[in-house]
Amino acid sequence: MTGPAPAAQPLLEVRDLIVQHGQLRALSGISLRVSAGEVYAIIGANGAGKSTLLRTIAGLHPPTAGSVLFDGQDVTGLRPEARARRGIVMVPEGRRLFGSLTVEENLRVGATYARPGTWTIERVYEMFDWMRDRRNQRTAQLSGGEQQAVAIGRALVANPRVLLLDELSLGLAPVVIQRIYGMLPQILATGLTVLLVEQDVSQALRVATHIQCLLEGRTTLEGKPADITADQVEAAYFGLAGVASATQLGEGSEP
Amino acid sequence: MAWVNAIIQGVLTGGLYALFACGLSLMFGVMKVVNLAHGDLAVVAGYIAIGIIAVTHVPVLWSFVIVVPVMAVLGYALQRTIIQGALNRGVLTTLLVTFGLSIVIENALLQFASANSRSIGASLTLVRDSFSLGSQIQIGYLLVVIFAAAVIVLLGLQYFLSASKYGRLIRASADDPEAAQLAGADYRHVFGIAAAIAFGTVALAGMAYGMYSQLAPTTGTDTILLFAFAAVVIGGLGSLWGTLLGGVVLGVAQQIGAQINISDEVLAGYIVFLAVLVLRPQGLTARRTQS
Repeated sequence: MTGPAPAAQPLLEVRDLIVQHGQLRALSGISLRVSAGEVYAIIGANGAGKSTLLRTIAGLHPPTAGSVLFDGQDVTGLRPEARARRGIVMVPEGRRLFGSLTVEENLRVGATYARPGTWTIERVYEMFDWMRDRRNQRTAQLSGGEQQAVAIGRALVANPRVLLLDELSLGLAPVVIQRIYGMLPQILATGLTVLLVEQDVSQALRVATHIQCLLEGRTTLEGKPADITADQVEAAYFGLAGVASATQLGEGSEP
Repeated sequence: MAWVNAIIQGVLTGGLYALFACGLSLMFGVMKVVNLAHGDLAVVAGYIAIGIIAVTHVPVLWSFVIVVPVMAVLGYALQRTIIQGALNRGVLTTLLVTFGLSIVIENALLQFASANSRSIGASLTLVRDSFSLGSQIQIGYLLVVIFAAAVIVLLGLQYFLSASKYGRLIRASADDPEAAQLAGADYRHVFGIAAAIAFGTVALAGMAYGMYSQLAPTTGTDTILLFAFAAVVIGGLGSLWGTLLGGVVLGVAQQIGAQINISDEVLAGYIVFLAVLVLRPQGLTARRTQS
């Protein structure tokens, strides 16, 4: 899958999103356009607003202003379950499996309101071959990496059009992260679009067709990984002043 | 022989207490709602049954077919409106709201149905007759039927929760409502279904108690709610079979207390309740992981 040139209509579009957490402004006017088939990566430091952005797209946070469009339709007013049924499915940060349910039950919950499509529980078992043997175990008994795989499987069986991946690498060993991201081509081959949030910048640069860097709720850099230098990423990530970048920098200061 | 009798009667009464308790246990296990109006709603169900029987003259057992669905619908409606509204403001708010509901129901019953006690189907053979075991043990048919009903309800609930689509969604939503939303499930609807089931069992409990004893506007809090609490705590929160065990332990304790001195019946039950709270606060059937 190569990132297509910006299509006439993006599959997912976010316009000038502003989100408040109480007094705190988590996002101050974020926009993005994700075309079908892309792997769009949001990077940024802790507290940059990455997870808030993804959760708002999934419908878990009501934005103060701005809109979320999916396939040309405004979904800003839709509840999270309605968005999931339309094909915006998120793998949440921290995996959030149903701890008292078995592996298979977790997948079956994910498949309850599935759109028609190629992903089935059987197919998930084929992709993660250990899972079938352990399908009757409670997910609490699995390792972090295995839990992450179940969380991805639970999202896939819903047959999403856009898969939102929130910090897949959080709390996992590098080997495990490699293995999980190694599954991405297989997932993309089924025609999915991926929007992911990642603190691990090198990982994001390796898999993404497009990256966008956030700092304190603003976009500090965006573009194709090939067009972006490591210095630009560093400057955008930490908010270093005086370094040229593709778009405007936030009010940066020396750390 | 008197002691054997006490134990048999206690076990059978435990079925009634388990029926009281399973709706309370379900509401807590799924929504983390301690429904203080639980007992009053059981009394309401009993009064509806009495009203239906008086007006339409349907056979007593037929009234179950009407009252259980009516209470289930009421349960769904209450959950989707005031209970969910309270949950959105925090779990403790549900205590205040259901306590308020309890007061409203009790006073409404006093106002519109008077303080008189009423019973259901007092003339039925099922309610009045008993059979003998040996020369000293008399067992009422009604208690046996109630015990069997409790076991069937618990078995059915167990099966529903573990094997059906909605059962799975109920357990998933209880674990993590937000993650359930991300899987496309509206947890508010799922909670409504759980409440409908809980209220269905509440209806059964209220009518069973109306046949076993008598219902008055205050029966809900002074008997049904307290015994339900005791059974749930003794058995272990959130465990359905623990609820039956809790009911049986409570029933046996009461009957043994009554055997020692008839005025100690209720006290003996609460002493066991207290002992469990002190010595084994997680209940007799402890679950290793809560949530």
